[in-house]
Amino acid sequence: MGKTFTPLILPLLVLGMALVPVIGSRALVQDLFMVLCLLVLALNWNMLAGFAGLVSVGQQAFVGIGAYAMFASVILWGMDPLAGLLVGGLVAMALAVPVAFFTFRLNGAYFAIGTWVVADIARLAFSQWKALGGGTGTSLPKGAAQEMLGVATVRGLIGGSKAAAVDALTYWLALALVVVLLLASWAFLRSRMGLGLQAVRDNALAARAVGVDPLRLKALVFLLTAFGTGICGGLLFIQIGRISPGAAFSLLDWTAFVIFIVVIGGIGTLPGPVIGVLVFYGLERLLADYGTVYLIVLGLIGIAIMLFARRGLWGGFVQRTGLDPLPLSHAAPAAPAPTRS
Amino acid sequence: MGGAMAILSLQNVSKSFGALKVTQEVSFDLAPGEALGIIGPNGAGKSTLFNLITGNLRPDQGAILLDGRDVTGETPMQRCASGIGRSFQIPQPFDHLSVYENLLVAARFGGRLTAAEAPAHCADILRRTGLAALADRKAGGLPLLNRKRLELARAMATRPRVILLDEIAGGLTEGECVELVATICDIHAQGTAIIWIEHVLHALTSVVSRLMVLNFGRMLMIGAPDAVMAAPEVREIYLGIEA
Ligand SMILES: Nc1ncnc2c1ncn2[C@@H]1O[C@H](COP(=O)(O)OP(=O)(O)OP(=O)(O)O)[C@@H](O)[C@H]1O
Ligand SMILES: [Mg+2]
Repeated sequence: MGKTFTPLILPLLVLGMALVPVIGSRALVQDLFMVLCLLVLALNWNMLAGFAGLVSVGQQAFVGIGAYAMFASVILWGMDPLAGLLVGGLVAMALAVPVAFFTFRLNGAYFAIGTWVVADIARLAFSQWKALGGGTGTSLPKGAAQEMLGVATVRGLIGGSKAAAVDALTYWLALALVVVLLLASWAFLRSRMGLGLQAVRDNALAARAVGVDPLRLKALVFLLTAFGTGICGGLLFIQIGRISPGAAFSLLDWTAFVIFIVVIGGIGTLPGPVIGVLVFYGLERLLADYGTVYLIVLGLIGIAIMLFARRGLWGGFVQRTGLDPLPLSHAAPAAPAPTRS
Repeated sequence: MGGAMAILSLQNVSKSFGALKVTQEVSFDLAPGEALGIIGPNGAGKSTLFNLITGNLRPDQGAILLDGRDVTGETPMQRCASGIGRSFQIPQPFDHLSVYENLLVAARFGGRLTAAEAPAHCADILRRTGLAALADRKAGGLPLLNRKRLELARAMATRPRVILLDEIAGGLTEGECVELVATICDIHAQGTAIIWIEHVLHALTSVVSRLMVLNFGRMLMIGAPDAVMAAPEVREIYLGIEA
């Protein structure tokens, strides 16, 4: 069943999601844009923490860096916001090199604290950037988003206002990021390097003994996820249109919620973040009016899952049904090997 | 001069943990394709010697040469790629990977095989080590005996030229032991050099052509198994028999 199930349901789901800007309200598009961006962040964090064992609580650093680099590209260097996205991803990846250099000396909880400290230093550093509004922040120039590459085409396609076209375009980009990330993660995890990564996660000592270099693989994942997180940061703030250090480097918005999503969905599983983001969105709709209570409920659910269902909802589902539509495993060759003389 | 012929050569290697001297001035050469046995009481420093050879530990003193090349500063990954494979005394499987995938990692990384070459290589080893029926089972769920088999199989999958085996026969029944010896003889027959630490003496001596005795980190003797076992100081120290 798993074999025919996945190739069918995934494209259908994506198609359905892609139609939202055509048939849905603008409010729904904006809502789901946020959900998709959280999913992008969750897919990245899951790769990092769930597969590479790098439990970072400082990924908001790369959201902020990506967002600020995008703003700088548009405001200071007069680039198109879409090109700014790419700059954001690349700058985030470049800055991940020194970050890795320092934080990789730390293990476990110390690594987590280290990444958080780095993110806070980044927030403080960017609030010194006067050309981008310092501590109070700044907005994208009037019309920058609406003159963005592709907006006119989208408008020709679905009609409506320029602002609605910007929403639709950013929404589709977020959806495309999700699809690309899902497929790329799957391909990566099934590759030689992904196999090595899973070996390192299980037993670093033995992995070294069979020739796998844990540091190299972890560094690679750290850089790649910084790239993905940076792009997502840029995209988020094209849509939001206004940046400030507090918003761009928000621990709560870009890391705490993301950790929650991955943990309830199933850390170290590919569909986990997708399930997690659905639950998160549902809870948000139900409880958003209750403010603090909402956060407390989220926290309690997160803790309950960590205590009683370590592999999250998806892990529990796979365990109970034996069904895994995105299997990462390599089956042994069925035919007996040729015998040696 | 580590002997131009030696595939592996230890020169005056020493290692201490604080005041505890676990390896003291150990020197020996291993010829290509040779099978060497190591015996010695518990805590004599046998496993430590393996960790020094694989690069998990750095010696305080001395040098380790592979094909005459000094590898003392190299990482375990580099040494694995250069042809040193090992099993761990306490099995260290990749729990969430299948038995086959445990071998596949080893074949793709240490063994440097391509995606096309690795499956047949691994399947062949699974069959030779009696693990074929368990290929798709998660390694974490295996009982101890099969974990030990997996240690051997995974080390073989890295396509080593020297394989280091650390007490893989303990706890086997007579029949299983015969099978294991056959498998190791088979590895040896393919030209792989072997260093085997073992307490099960009859299994060991049926494979190796030289025997080394370690005691308090020191190499007490090295030579033909019969001669070593007959030596009074070995009988006294290793077997606890007064001469
Ligand atoms: N990392 C370490 N730190 C401190 N002491 C260690 C360490 N590893 C081993 N030792 C000590 O070094 C000595 C030699 O240990 P080793 O494991 O090499 O012995 P062994 O000959 O393999 O023994 P056994 O037959 O029990 O496996 C022991 O006293 C052990 O407690
Ligand atoms: Mg030992």
